[in-house]
Amino acid sequence: MRRVVVTGLGMVTPLACGVEETWSRLLAGESGADTIKSFDASHLATTYACEIPRGDGSDGTFNPDDWLDKREQRKVDTFILYAMAAAEQAVRDANWKPEDEESRLRTGVMVGSGIGGLSTIAETAMLIKEKGPRRVSPFFIPGSLINLASGNISIRYGFKGPNHAVVTACSTGAHAIGDAARLIQWGDADVMLAGGSEAPISEIGIAGFNACKALSTKWGDEPKRASRPYDADRDGFVMGEGAGVVVLEEYEHARARGAKIYAEVLGYGLTGDAYHITAPSEDGEGGYRSMKAALERAGLEPSAVDYINAHGTSTMADTIELGAVERLLGEAAPKVTMSSTKSSIGHLLGAAGAVEAIFCVLAIRDQVAPPTINLDNPAVETPLDLAPNAPRKREIRVALSNSFGFGGTNASLVLGRVDG
Amino acid sequence: MSDIADRVRKIVVEHLGVEEDKVVDSASFIDDLGADSLDTVELVMAFEEEFGIEIPDDAAETIQTFGDAVKFITEATS
Repeated sequence: MRRVVVTGLGMVTPLACGVEETWSRLLAGESGADTIKSFDASHLATTYACEIPRGDGSDGTFNPDDWLDKREQRKVDTFILYAMAAAEQAVRDANWKPEDEESRLRTGVMVGSGIGGLSTIAETAMLIKEKGPRRVSPFFIPGSLINLASGNISIRYGFKGPNHAVVTACSTGAHAIGDAARLIQWGDADVMLAGGSEAPISEIGIAGFNACKALSTKWGDEPKRASRPYDADRDGFVMGEGAGVVVLEEYEHARARGAKIYAEVLGYGLTGDAYHITAPSEDGEGGYRSMKAALERAGLEPSAVDYINAHGTSTMADTIELGAVERLLGEAAPKVTMSSTKSSIGHLLGAAGAVEAIFCVLAIRDQVAPPTINLDNPAVETPLDLAPNAPRKREIRVALSNSFGFGGTNASLVLGRVDG
Repeated sequence: MSDIADRVRKIVVEHLGVEEDKVVDSASFIDDLGADSLDTVELVMAFEEEFGIEIPDDAAETIQTFGDAVKFITEATS
């Protein structure tokens, strides 16, 4: 089977626009949460979220004009804008902007989203009610469709290989990377841009997740403390937004062009709970089987895992995942570090799995596990090291990233260090 | 007339991101100003909004150039 490595990284997160800026703030234990600024949320049950810091592009702020022509910005929903920014960073990082036709034919794109153009759909629905159907923009549909993140990215760079988009709620980013890696393994492409993007922070997005009783509501006075996986005072997830995109590449292809190789995609597992539309099965068996399948694909025993980036959303489900991980690791549990970076950046829904896989790649590169912040009063006793409130310097050869989504959809990725 | 032309030109410049001096009477939105078919739909909508008129689809199809647009709108608003 062809090997697949990661050769480029890009992200827009609530901590910063950019991989290194985000990573250093993550390790410093910063939180991207704050009172919602992009619209007046004071009438909603949840008044805070992890929004992208917008600005002139300096100091890690996100300036849309740096990434997409102003005229084009009007034609796409924000989730596509974030995806295009992350993709540009990733291809720059990988130094992969081929001009020759053969390379372009062998490069594909698989960037998904959980919900897609939610705000644009909501705004257009309001417009049609106020002004009638003739005022609907011709860019409404192509600006809202989930696969138009992949579509726009492919058009920008001329990538003519597989053009696909995953839609599996909060597992989207992980599924996209896993599926794209398989396309390379099977020879459908030599290079894939893969990841997820999401822009759900809007009145309809918050109200919708509030109605599902999924969001944190009690920390309006101290939003930076709201996302607290495994903590006794957690009360739901904090919504985030942003995008993560990686360049995946066939190993020999990367070697031949002298590309920087961050890590290898060693394994990928995916399962379904067949249990409930929003809740995970209480015994965590879907997540357990997903992790187990990923390790089997990697040809590794559970004891080979050094770091786990948990799904860990800061909801009641944290303990279900934790139980499944403990069961998987058995006696190896005490030597494993598992953290939830959602404590810092919130839950990026369809982008979460991609951004978190990138954190695993960086953990392998820098040999450090990012912390679980706000873990002041653990609700559970576990032999695992949850890296409470401080990063953990340690050997990390193999990292596992979990993503679980509404509908009972589970994905696990195993990433490993490439020596030599 | 010149007022209408100025307002139409402003919309075209804003929507298509072209230089003002390129927007001459004979300039075709698609062939000369870089618009695609979706851009032209949006342009017509912007004209409707700006001038408070309705441009039926069959009429919109005849508006190919800047000059066509100014002529149509001048007649529709007179």
